[in-house]
Amino acid sequence: MSDPREELVEHLGPMRAFAMSLCRNSATADDLVQEALIKAWSNIDSFEPGSNMRAWLFTILRNTYYSLHRKRKREVEDVDGSYAAALSEKPSHDGRLALHDFTQAFNRLNDEQREALVLVGAGGFTYEEAAETCGVAVGTIKSRVNRARARLSELMGLEEGESVDLTDKVTSGVVTNMPAV
Amino acid sequence: MARIMADRRRNPDLDREIDDSLKRAFDKLASEPVPDRFTALLDRLRASGPVPRDAASSDGGAGDE
Repeated sequence: MSDPREELVEHLGPMRAFAMSLCRNSATADDLVQEALIKAWSNIDSFEPGSNMRAWLFTILRNTYYSLHRKRKREVEDVDGSYAAALSEKPSHDGRLALHDFTQAFNRLNDEQREALVLVGAGGFTYEEAAETCGVAVGTIKSRVNRARARLSELMGLEEGESVDLTDKVTSGVVTNMPAV
Repeated sequence: MARIMADRRRNPDLDREIDDSLKRAFDKLASEPVPDRFTALLDRLRASGPVPRDAASSDGGAGDE
């Protein structure tokens, strides 16, 4: 049987995307991925061959994030603040309001809602996989996803029938928390 | 905080639009070229056998579990 560690490289892209959605800062996200990668390599024995490696890696990534986040709380908050400031200074272009509104709304989700929505809504995880990754019950994940969507809609002031009108550039900016260029 | 807001508000089109937008962003980020530092890291890990957890050890490395 081949060494499962050789498969790690295939998951680096999704790991970076998930890390960016957690950190909303690309430099911090890559530090997070690096640390998670080292842990995964060192603890490969805890990976069950044939099981979902992406879910296993995301679990490590997530645990690492919360461990670091507690240590770096102030630093992370500074990053968020400067990003919000940069956004509001951005010159006018198509979608500026949508970018501003959606970014603000996404940033105001709590960590639990944001990760649940990203895993299920964007990452293609089933509710069951997301529940295992986050270490909570399936019903809890469903509830968090629903609340995340409801909260986003509420924060953007969107009502039935209205369009979100988000471009790729806009949503990339949202997830990375970097100004869309 | 047991709100019923999430149950009361139902707009499947909007939910899908939010999901689709986030998914496009996620996929776009996930398909970006992986920075060299990661392939280099994997090479180092592969070469060095048992790995010192250098990223975690600088601040003590405790409390990760």
